[in-house]
Amino acid sequence: MATTTQEVSKHQIDQLIEEYGYDDHFHEHHHEGDKYQSGFIQKYIFSQDHKIIARQFLITGMIWGILGGLMSLIFRLQLGFPEGNMAWLKPLLGKWIIVNDGIGTLDPEFYYALVTIHGTVIVFFVLTAGLSGTFSNLLIPLQIGARDMASPFLNMLSYWFFFLASVVMFVSLFLSTGPFAGGWVAYPPLSALPEASSGSGAGMTLWLISLVLFVVSVLLGGINYITTVLNLRTKGMNMWRLPLTIWSFFITAIIGLLSFPVLAAGFFLLMFDRLLGTSFYLNEIFINGHALDRVGGSPILYQHLFWFLGHPEVYIIILPAMGLVSEVMSTHARKPIFGYKAMVYSIASIGFLSFLVWAHHMYVAGINPFIANFFIVFTLIIAVPSAVKVFNWITTIYGSSYRFNAASMFAVGFVSMFISGGLTGIFLGNAVLDIPLHDTYFVVAHFHVVMGVAAFFGMFAGIYHWFPKMFGRFMDETLGKLHFWGTLIGAYAVFIPMHYLGMAGVARRYYKFDNFDAFSHFAGINKFITIAAIITFVFQLIFVINFFYSIWKGRKMTSRNPWGSTTLEWTTPIHAGHGNWPGKLPAVQRWPYDYSKNGRDFIPQIEPQSDAEKDEFH
Amino acid sequence: MQLLIVIISVVLLVLIVIQVGKLGEMTTALSSSSAEEAQQTVNSRQGNLMLVFLIGFLGLFIWSALYYKNYYLGFGPNEAASEHGKKIDWLFNVTLVITGIVFFITQVLLFYFAWKYRGRKGHQAQYISHDNKLEIVWTLVPAITMTLLVIGGMDVWNSVMPDVDDPTELVQLEVTGYQFAWDIRYPGADNELGDKNFRLISATNPLGQDWTDKRNLDDFHASEIVLPVGKQVRVRITAKDVLHSFYLPQFRVKMDAVPGMPTYFIFTPTKTTEEYRKELSKYPEFQVPSDPDDPNSDPLWKTANYELACAELCGKGHYSMRRVVKVVSEEEFEKWAKEQPSFYMTNIRGTDEDPYKGQYLEVELKQHAKEYKAQLEKAIEAENPDDKIVRLKYVTFETGSAKLSPLSKYELDEVVATLKEYRHMKIEIAGHTDNTGDADANMALSQRRAEAVQNYLIEHGIDPARLTAKGYGSSRPQASNDTEEGRQENRRTEFKILDL
Repeated sequence: MATTTQEVSKHQIDQLIEEYGYDDHFHEHHHEGDKYQSGFIQKYIFSQDHKIIARQFLITGMIWGILGGLMSLIFRLQLGFPEGNMAWLKPLLGKWIIVNDGIGTLDPEFYYALVTIHGTVIVFFVLTAGLSGTFSNLLIPLQIGARDMASPFLNMLSYWFFFLASVVMFVSLFLSTGPFAGGWVAYPPLSALPEASSGSGAGMTLWLISLVLFVVSVLLGGINYITTVLNLRTKGMNMWRLPLTIWSFFITAIIGLLSFPVLAAGFFLLMFDRLLGTSFYLNEIFINGHALDRVGGSPILYQHLFWFLGHPEVYIIILPAMGLVSEVMSTHARKPIFGYKAMVYSIASIGFLSFLVWAHHMYVAGINPFIANFFIVFTLIIAVPSAVKVFNWITTIYGSSYRFNAASMFAVGFVSMFISGGLTGIFLGNAVLDIPLHDTYFVVAHFHVVMGVAAFFGMFAGIYHWFPKMFGRFMDETLGKLHFWGTLIGAYAVFIPMHYLGMAGVARRYYKFDNFDAFSHFAGINKFITIAAIITFVFQLIFVINFFYSIWKGRKMTSRNPWGSTTLEWTTPIHAGHGNWPGKLPAVQRWPYDYSKNGRDFIPQIEPQSDAEKDEFH
Repeated sequence: MQLLIVIISVVLLVLIVIQVGKLGEMTTALSSSSAEEAQQTVNSRQGNLMLVFLIGFLGLFIWSALYYKNYYLGFGPNEAASEHGKKIDWLFNVTLVITGIVFFITQVLLFYFAWKYRGRKGHQAQYISHDNKLEIVWTLVPAITMTLLVIGGMDVWNSVMPDVDDPTELVQLEVTGYQFAWDIRYPGADNELGDKNFRLISATNPLGQDWTDKRNLDDFHASEIVLPVGKQVRVRITAKDVLHSFYLPQFRVKMDAVPGMPTYFIFTPTKTTEEYRKELSKYPEFQVPSDPDDPNSDPLWKTANYELACAELCGKGHYSMRRVVKVVSEEEFEKWAKEQPSFYMTNIRGTDEDPYKGQYLEVELKQHAKEYKAQLEKAIEAENPDDKIVRLKYVTFETGSAKLSPLSKYELDEVVATLKEYRHMKIEIAGHTDNTGDADANMALSQRRAEAVQNYLIEHGIDPARLTAKGYGSSRPQASNDTEEGRQENRRTEFKILDL
C-alpha cells in the first residue's frame, strides 16, 4: 500500500538517528556562542557556516544574473532595432549613448563591452559561482552527513574572494575608457595592447584582476569540496551511496582544480605582456603607426591556455546542473534515478574527456590541421556519455508517478534544452563543419542553449527544490510554473531562430549588419529574437520577485521532509543550526534512491536495510 | 518624473506578480480537499500542458524549418560556391538528418512520458533502478554513429586542408587584416609573393614589403579580391595588429589572421559572380531593394556580391571589415591581373625608399632597349634625312660636365651593337642644351658631350671614321625653353644616320 510522504515523521527520524547514528561529540564542545555564530556579523556576513555561504553565493550570483541579463537586452535592442532611438538610455549609459539630432545611438565600443561583460559574468559569476558555489556549499555537508566543510574558514574566504572579484568587475563598468570590450575569451593581442581598443586599457586591467581573484575563489572552494567529500562522509556513506548531486559537485571540483590554475597562468602571462614588457603572446605587431619592438610570442599560446580551462569550464557549469536535475527528477518522479552507476561513470568520463577537447574551439585559429583530427575524435566521443545521461533521465520518467511542481518541471525542461543544445554540438565538434559555422550565430545558439539556458534550468530546479531547506519556506508554486513556461517557450523562441541565422552564415559579434549583402536581410528575425528576449527576461523578474518575497512571506515549511526525499539534508531540523544535526550524525544504511520500493513511497537513507534487501544489488 | 514612473511601475509589477501567485495557490487549495488531491490536480493540468507544449514546440519547429528553408547551409541561396564547400554541405546534411531523428525521438519521449506518467490517484511509480543491457545498447548506438561522423568528418577535413607542394600551379594572393580593413596583394607576373617585414610598414609601404626582394617588384595591391572560376586558389592570410579572421561565407572559407604567423586556405571557386546573382534572383529574400532607403533601387540579387568579412572580434570596427570578392572567367582574370600596375612601380620607384634608385631594373632596361629599337627602325626607314634621328634618351651626363653618367652605358652599348650590326652605317652624334646660361659655354659643353659619346664608341671598337661629333648648344630647341619640362626635352643627346 502506498504511503504518504509525511509517513516518516519527525519523531521517527530522530529515533533512527539516535539509534543508528554516529556520535562525534560535536555538541560537547560548547558551540553555542562560539565564533561561528556569535553576533550578526559572524552569523550573516563573515559567516563560516556553509548554509549561509551558499545563500551568499546564490544572492550575489542572482544580482549578476540580473545585470548580465540587462546587458544582453541593451545589445539585443541594438541588433533588433539598429535604427531605433536609444536616447532614453542616456540617463543610464551616459556618454556611451551618442545623441545626434535627438536620435541616440549606442557607441560600438560600448556594444562590445556589453557583449564581453555579459559573457564574462554569466559564465563565471552566475553559472560557476552562483550555481556550483551555491549548491556545492549547501548540499555537500548536508547530503554526506557532515557538520560543515572541511575548512569553514577557507570556505568563507572562497566567498569573499568572489565578492572582491565582483566588486572589481563592477567598478570596471564605470571607467571613463569603458570596461573591457574584447570578448569574454579576451584573446591577445587585442586584450594585451591598450592602443588596440579603449577597453583594453584600465578596463582590461580590472577585468584580469577580477578574474584572478575569482580563480582564487574557485580553487579555495574546490579544495574544500573535494576534501569534504573524501573525508567527511558520515558512517555508512560509501562512495556508491552518494547522491548524484554530490558526485557531480565532486567531479566538478576536480575539473576546476586542474583547469583554473592553467587559466590563471594564461592570465598572468597576459598581465606580464601588458605591464612588464614581455611578449608571450605578441609577435610582429604594427599598431597605431608604430611597430612593436617585442617579438617572438604567439597569440595561439593564449588560446591553448584559455581553452584548456575554457572547455572544462562548460562542464564545470553543466555537471552541477546535471546532478541537481538527477536528484530533483528522481525525487519528484518517486522513482530511482535510472542507471545510477552509468550516471556516475558518465559524469566521470565527461570530466576526463573535458580535458582532451579544448582545441575544438581553435579549428580555424591557425593550429596545425593534423592536430585537429585528435580533437574531432575526443569531442564527438563526449556525445556518448552525454547521450547515456539523456537516455537515463528519460527512462527515469518512464513508469514514474511524476509530481509536477516548478522544480520538477525545470528538470524536464533541462533535459529538453540539453538535448537541443547538445545535438548542435555534434555539428560544431566536427572540424570541417566548424569552418562555415565557427563564430556565427549557430555557435551562439548552441552554447546558449546547452550551457546557458540548460544550466539555468538546472539552477532553477535546484532553487525551487531546496528553497525550503535554505529559508524554511516555499516559493510560490503558481509563479514558479509561470516562470517555467515563460522561460521554456521564451528561451526556445530566442535561440531556435539564431540557428537559422548561423546556418545562413551571419557572423557573431557584429554591431550591425547593414553593410554586408550576406548579412543584411535578416532584420525581421533579429527583431523577433530581441522581442522574445525581452519577454523572457520579464519572466525572470517574476522569479526574482517570487524568490525575495518568499524568503520572508512564503508558505512556511511545517514538516522536515516536504518532498518525501530519501537524502540526509531532509533529516535536519527545519532551521538547522551550526553543525546541521542537533545530536548524533545520521548513519547511512542504503543508497539514496529507494523510491517506491517494496510498496513504500520512499525509504530514507538512514533506515537500515531489511535482510532481504541486503542480498540485493546495493 | 521619469524615475518616479519607473519606480511606480516596478512596484506595481511586484504587487501584481505576488497577487497572481497568491491567487493561483488559493484556487488550487480551495478546489481540492487534501494536499494530495491538489497535487494530483496540478499534475494532470501541468502534464497536459507538457503534451500541448510538445505538439506546439515540434509543430512550430517544423514550420520554422520550412519557413526558413532558404537560410540553410547548402540549400537555395546558401549553396556552396566552392568545390570543398559542397563536401562540407553534404556532411552537414548527413549530420542534420542524424541529429534531427535523435531530436524528435528524444523530445517526444521526454514530454510524452512526462504526460503519461504524471502522478495520478492510485498510481504508483515502478521500482526500476537499472538495466545494464539497455545501458550497453544506448552506449553502443551513439558510439557507432559518432564513429561514422568522425570518419566522414576527418575524411573531408583532411581533403580541405591539403599540403600543396607546387605553389606555381595555384592562383595566389595574400590578405592582411588590420583595424579595420583588409589589404589584398597579388604576386604579379612571377606568381611569387615578395617578403614582408612588419618593421618596414609605413604610410607609403602599407604591408611592409621588403623592396630588396625582387619578387616584390611586380606584386600589385587590389581593392577587391578577384578570382578565376574553376582554378585552385591559395590565400595567404596575415594580420598587422590583432587577430582577425578571413571569412568568405559562400565559399565555406574561414581562417584566423594571426600577427606574426601566416595561415593558409586553399579552395576552388565554382561559380562566377554573374552565375551567383542569377541564382539569387530565384529567391524572394533577394527581391528586396538593394538600398533599403530607396525602394526604387535595383533588387538585391542584381547587386549582391560575394564578400569577405572578419570573423574574429578585433575591436570596435570589427563589423565593418568588408571587401568585395569577384569570381570571373579565367580569361577575364588574366586580363585584369595584367592590367594591374605593380605597387612598387607606381608608388616606390625612384623615391628615397627605393633600394634601386639610381639603377636600372632589368624590366626597365628591356623597356629602354625596346624604345631604342623602335626609334632605330623608324630612323632607318625614314626618307627625309632630318627624320633619321635616334634620340639617346637614357644617355646622361653629370651636371655641367661632359662626364657620362654610369647609367648611360646601357644605351650606348645598344648603339655599339647597332653599329656592329650595320657595318657600313655612319652617324653624326649631336649634343644639345637648353637656353639657360651663356650660349658659347653651352656650345662648347654640347661639343664636349658629343665627343664623350664618340670616345665611348671608339673605345668599344667602332672605327672613328664612321663617327662625327657635333655640339649644337641651344640652337636647335625641340620644345619651348620657357618651362622646365621643355628645357629638359631640349637637353638631349642624339645621333643621326648619315649613311647605311
